[in-house]
Amino acid sequence: MLFKKKKELEPPKREIPEGLFVKCTNCGEMLYKAVLEKNFLVCPKCNYHFRANVEVYKALLLDDGGFSETIASQLESDDPLDFPEYKAKLKQAQASTGLREAAIAGVGTIGGLEVVLFLTDFRFLGGSMGSVYGEIFFRACETARDRNLPLISVTSSGGGARMHEGIFSLMQMVKTTMGVEILNERGLPFISVVCDPTMGGVMASFASLGDLNIAEPGALLGFAGPRVIEQTIKQTLPPGFQRSEFLMQKGFLDMVVPRREMKDTLIKLLDYLGVKHGRS
Amino acid sequence: MFYLEFERPILEIEKEIAELKRIAKDNLEVWGEIRELEERAVKLREKIYLNLNRYQKVQIARHPDRPHTMDYISSVFSDFVEIHGDRSFGDDPSIVCGFATVESYKIVFVGEEKGRSTQDKIFRNFGMPHPEGYRKAIRVIKLADKFGLPVVTFVDTPGAYPGIGAEERGQAQAIAESIKTMLQIAVPVIVVIIGEGGSGGALAIAVGNRIIAMEHAIYSVISPEGCASILWRDSTRSKDAAEALKLTAQDLFEFGIIDEIIPEPLGGAHRAPDVASRYLKEYLVKNLRLYENFDRKKVKDERHSKFRKFGVVIE
Ligand SMILES: [Zn+2]
Repeated sequence: MLFKKKKELEPPKREIPEGLFVKCTNCGEMLYKAVLEKNFLVCPKCNYHFRANVEVYKALLLDDGGFSETIASQLESDDPLDFPEYKAKLKQAQASTGLREAAIAGVGTIGGLEVVLFLTDFRFLGGSMGSVYGEIFFRACETARDRNLPLISVTSSGGGARMHEGIFSLMQMVKTTMGVEILNERGLPFISVVCDPTMGGVMASFASLGDLNIAEPGALLGFAGPRVIEQTIKQTLPPGFQRSEFLMQKGFLDMVVPRREMKDTLIKLLDYLGVKHGRS
Repeated sequence: MFYLEFERPILEIEKEIAELKRIAKDNLEVWGEIRELEERAVKLREKIYLNLNRYQKVQIARHPDRPHTMDYISSVFSDFVEIHGDRSFGDDPSIVCGFATVESYKIVFVGEEKGRSTQDKIFRNFGMPHPEGYRKAIRVIKLADKFGLPVVTFVDTPGAYPGIGAEERGQAQAIAESIKTMLQIAVPVIVVIIGEGGSGGALAIAVGNRIIAMEHAIYSVISPEGCASILWRDSTRSKDAAEALKLTAQDLFEFGIIDEIIPEPLGGAHRAPDVASRYLKEYLVKNLRLYENFDRKKVKDERHSKFRKFGVVIE
């Protein structure tokens, strides 16, 4: 139930194609790619948010555009089920993204405030949560506890729990929730930023458990995938269903914040939550 | 009795025996034949049921005659008192909650129920809970925590319901909160996977100190059908997907995810529900005994260390 077909997770419009120019599929504007990238993959004309990767979020949020140190970056996925094609898919994902896994975490500063930042990348097997993903999140929480730092997670996890690691992936929903509990026990802030798409086991665990849950505009967010729902109820879903604005209207998001305003918003919120400069 | 495709040969022989018995009267020759057939039936059942492949196990876990939560409530527990509603939206009959007694143990019970008759299945939504079901579970689990009662949960669901209302009312958030609540409480939690452990919808009530599964139960991150349609774009390859997912009680025991396997009568719990109930009760009592005079902090810590270990990574 946590999984949806790749096809529906990856509407072609969200991807940035090769070439110098990109046509915005929302407004149709031909955009110079360098301009779009400088604008953190947000259409300057209509504010459409293309799906972004970890590099974009590092540049967007961190003062120095990168971590001062990484957390558990040495971890690599195993293949505990000897699952068909999993090893090859991992290798392929590693080669095409330059990442070791779908999740990374590290310490860095946001507006001079030191934070632990957890990021996931949709390009890596749909940003799905396997053992390494769960372990990195948990260790990020431990680092936040040990250093008395807030945690911010930015998720883009279409598939939720990663099918290829079977039951071990499912168990990461508990492990990540335990991570959030570590922060709750210490009174440390946890802000969950959910981006397109955050679904299934990721949305049904830590990503829904922030002190504050914030979404980018127009992100697909929910438990079951739209196609699974349509197949179950045998009717077409209304437009905007499971999008950020819908979720906020239903009471499950604290705010929808455009990507370009995300950093300033986070700084303001961290301040309200009592995060001080030079805390670590 | 409903027979699965691979059980056909058993059905044939059982039919033959019944027919012979009908005409046998005091014909000793026929009775001899019956005895012979019965011996063959025993061997056949053993041959089939002791060599089930993973998808056949899935079919037994989902067998329409398999005992469900409500059946076990009446056969395993006494003095069951049902608790309804999430005090916010409604009462979800896919999750049954209440107080129950098993031998000398008073517990708080949470279990998923698929329903039996067509009407009952619709009423129970085929065991696929809505957010209000998980919120009801959260409420009674907190009640157990407050009054120091152990929690027993029975898992049996194809998954949390994928529907419009379920999403509108925060299915993901409800499951996340349920997991969180099960981590927070300081009373023992015994989880029994009695049939189908369907993904997050199962996990939401399966964060236990002890996780035990019945012999023909399954527990998986995704249904074999869902997995096959993603992997091969072909939902008819469920058999291959079930093999790939390693979702049987035996697989889970090998992985260290579950602590014990409760034996079932040959062919599955539905073949002899009274025997299945007896085993279930025996294991439940055995596990509850482990937590007599439990220490609140210790049981919570034990649950956390257990789940801390789940996962396979290369360091
Ligand atoms: Zn545009």
